[in-house]
Amino acid sequence: MQIDSPKKLKDIQKSFTEKSSKYPKKILICCGTGCLANGAMKLVDTFRDTIKTKKIKNMSVEMVKETGCHGFCEQGPLVIIEPDGTFYTKVKAKDIDDIIEKSLKKDEIIEKLLFENPVDGNKIEKYKNISFFKHQERIALRNLGKISAYDLDEYISVEGYKALAKVLTKMKPDEVIDEITKSGLRGRGGGGFPAGRKWKSCKAIESDVRYVICNGDEGDPGAFMDRSIMEGDPHAVLEGMMIAAYAVGASQGFIYVREEYPLAVTHLEKAISDCEKVGLLGDKILGTDFSFSVKIARGAGAFVCGESSALMKSVAGEVGEPRAKYVRSVEKGLYDKPTVLNNVETYVNVPVIINKGADWYAKIGTKKSTGTKVFSLVGKVRNTGLIEVPMGITLREIIYDIGGGILDNRPFKAVQTGGPSGGCLPEAMLDLPVDFDSLTEVGSMMGSGGMIVMDDKTCIVDVAKYFLSFLVEESCGKCVPCREGLWQLHKMLEKICAGKGTMEDLDKMEKLSENIIRGSLCGLGTSGPNPLLSTLKYFKDEYIAHIKDKTCPAGVCPELITYEILDNCTGCMACISACSFDAISGKKKEIHTIDQDKCTKCGACVTVCNYDSILVS
Amino acid sequence: MIHITINGKVVECKDGEMLLSVIRRERIDVPTLCHHEAVEPSGACRLCTVEVTKPEWDGWCDYVTSCLYPAKDGLIVNTHAPKVNELRKSILDMYLARHPKSLKIKQLAADYGVLATSLETVVDGNNCILCTICTRICDHMGFSAISTVGRGHGKEVAPPLDMAPADCVGCLACAKNCPTDYIEYETGNGRLKIWNKEFEMVACTVCGKTTVTKEFAEHLSQQRDIPFEYFEKCDECHRKELSATMGKIANWEREVRS
Ligand SMILES: Cc1cc2nc3c(=O)[nH]c(=O)nc-3n(C[C@H](O)[C@H](O)[C@H](O)COP(=O)(O)O)c2cc1C
Ligand code: SF4
Ligand code: FES
Repeated sequence: MQIDSPKKLKDIQKSFTEKSSKYPKKILICCGTGCLANGAMKLVDTFRDTIKTKKIKNMSVEMVKETGCHGFCEQGPLVIIEPDGTFYTKVKAKDIDDIIEKSLKKDEIIEKLLFENPVDGNKIEKYKNISFFKHQERIALRNLGKISAYDLDEYISVEGYKALAKVLTKMKPDEVIDEITKSGLRGRGGGGFPAGRKWKSCKAIESDVRYVICNGDEGDPGAFMDRSIMEGDPHAVLEGMMIAAYAVGASQGFIYVREEYPLAVTHLEKAISDCEKVGLLGDKILGTDFSFSVKIARGAGAFVCGESSALMKSVAGEVGEPRAKYVRSVEKGLYDKPTVLNNVETYVNVPVIINKGADWYAKIGTKKSTGTKVFSLVGKVRNTGLIEVPMGITLREIIYDIGGGILDNRPFKAVQTGGPSGGCLPEAMLDLPVDFDSLTEVGSMMGSGGMIVMDDKTCIVDVAKYFLSFLVEESCGKCVPCREGLWQLHKMLEKICAGKGTMEDLDKMEKLSENIIRGSLCGLGTSGPNPLLSTLKYFKDEYIAHIKDKTCPAGVCPELITYEILDNCTGCMACISACSFDAISGKKKEIHTIDQDKCTKCGACVTVCNYDSILVS
Repeated sequence: MIHITINGKVVECKDGEMLLSVIRRERIDVPTLCHHEAVEPSGACRLCTVEVTKPEWDGWCDYVTSCLYPAKDGLIVNTHAPKVNELRKSILDMYLARHPKSLKIKQLAADYGVLATSLETVVDGNNCILCTICTRICDHMGFSAISTVGRGHGKEVAPPLDMAPADCVGCLACAKNCPTDYIEYETGNGRLKIWNKEFEMVACTVCGKTTVTKEFAEHLSQQRDIPFEYFEKCDECHRKELSATMGKIANWEREVRS
């Protein structure tokens, strides 16, 4: 059937809802990359097989939904029984009969599959009561985990393409732009540029052809917010792009997805082809004069390809190297035509803004950073995963309320925000509101939403070194300050970690950073010194300890620490067999000793010692 | 025509003309390493950075590479602002650390007062400064035989897969325009070797000296409609022939007039 009018959308919504209402329960199985890796597909198959072969009353295979990622991958595979919202974690195929008998046919709860709160050990029954979810506000992730990841009808049933119908039939392109401007929506890919203003500039340029591009490159290590959205709600991405295209007058769109995201590509491809089949993409969409088509462009996976000018070159089939942007891409972008580039998360906010209105949206978050932001919360917190929170929430709320606090009750040391070129913030900053400007002000940034929590066992100099080494690897190598300058910074950090740094090195690094920032061509270089500068700003003492005292307070830098065995050693010999370098000697029930010449400081002994007898200092 | 101010002097130039060309026309010394008149600017060396101020944007001020920055009416340019000088020195410092053996770099750095690097010297650093003039010229010639490969500090210029490049015709545009003379080639016995590829040279039918490679001559005669025979005479013999012809014309004119 062709969906060639807004009325057809309503018909589908109605019939889908009617069909579903015949069944009292549905089973949502998370099929994000994380849960799939833990065997979610087997669960889907087993549920469906069992329901089919056992002909279970009031249940249909259609009510077993393969959903997008909940963001709580560490607890996967996840199964949710609706409408009760019962939340089962780490489900295995052998649990399925039990689930069907108890939770589907009856309303019983299976205790052992419930989530256990890592803070107090209590079992929690319902999704919405888990603190990881409770404090979130989901707009961009609205459908993730709630609907089938690739069913067009189901997307339509949750008001999908309603916003598209609204703009095409009731709003002029300029009105759409005004609405987005009024909502205060800022780009979620890192820069925080106002989306409405970008669209307006693009539309203002005289041109016969315009493009819209969706940036799904997501190069930050450990980040998976855009991946999850593309996998779990591909139609929302398309709808956002279509609205942008209508607003600026583009008829061709591209989605740039990195090669490492095969599932995102598959789901987007399916969504595109489903839309093409019913006429939601193509000519005269919903019976209006608006025509639009979308192609997927696959990236080679280089971090720098996420940078706008490099990305556009890559889409055009050239080497993905940044160019100077004194002429902006809204003027001369892809194939030298006016182009709007927005991030995945930016686009998925658009339909909601259109449906609920700019005023509603602008009330969420802070005055200058409206709405919500998705973060990937990782590191030394009890709950890790993908979260969406209103802008302006404090770091403390994220780390302690949602993240459940620091693992093993260790002290908090720093939180790194903004991806590899972001900054590290200390405890004193925990009450900082998380929004674009506050983060930048204190020397970090929003970036695409990476958030890594560190405890006292993390060496801050080592962290700076790690991020610099990533950036040195990923610098495209075109311009000198970034290629040579970041390399030099990394060398100096290596020197400091090895106890060979001098106080002059610190000044030298600061001066060099200033010139790298001023001189680099693209954002990678201009933000590259951030991990160094922010740690130097907040943790200078730790640098000085490495330089002057030749010690690593966190006990991480191998050249600056020694491993010693304390008197409380029971002589269990566990460490002797754990050491691959034969550095530990001793007899059973006698205190062992470490040969400092042989010890490589690998830490294997500490991991196996049950008596805390090994002192790292 | 528009007007911009460079170092306090009002200068006339074309709207959208790149600042560097205006600066050069004014004979102001701004160093560059990746700029080449024949090809598109790249923005790699960053040495041409200048300070620009836009009075109409509330005195908005930024540092931009002049080779890529289009002139707009009213723009104020300072080619030697303190921060600019400092940046140039810092960049030359980085260059010097990376290419300690390059005379070109040593000279340029010395000109700007950087006599020794303050950074960690890359002891085995070669003389390829990654200005990409060679690859851009090769692209411009239509061959694209060489390109940069890899990224970051390990980036280098090389033929695809490091093999003798199929598309190279031995025109030598890369080697002749390399600012540090890094690209090596050998000639002799009527042959040319570059990028590990050997070429047969065309010889001058008059004096026997070699002219260009056979591949290049063929390419030019096919693509640019220059007769192949043109390359079978060296520049010098072409010139001799030309002057002989000129001589004949002069004689003839004299005969006619008298
Ligand atoms: C080195 C570098 C990497 C980037 N990587 C990404 C990325 O992976 N995804 C993204 O959306 N934006 C990335 N950006 C930002 C883009 O250049 C661009 O600003 C963004 O896609 C615009 O969309 P937005 O306004 O919706 O954020 C990167 C920028 C730089 C400098
Ligand atoms: S700043 Fe770094 S990544 Fe950007 S163009 Fe220069 S070398 Fe390439
Ligand atoms: S001349 Fe090298 S950046 Fe402009």
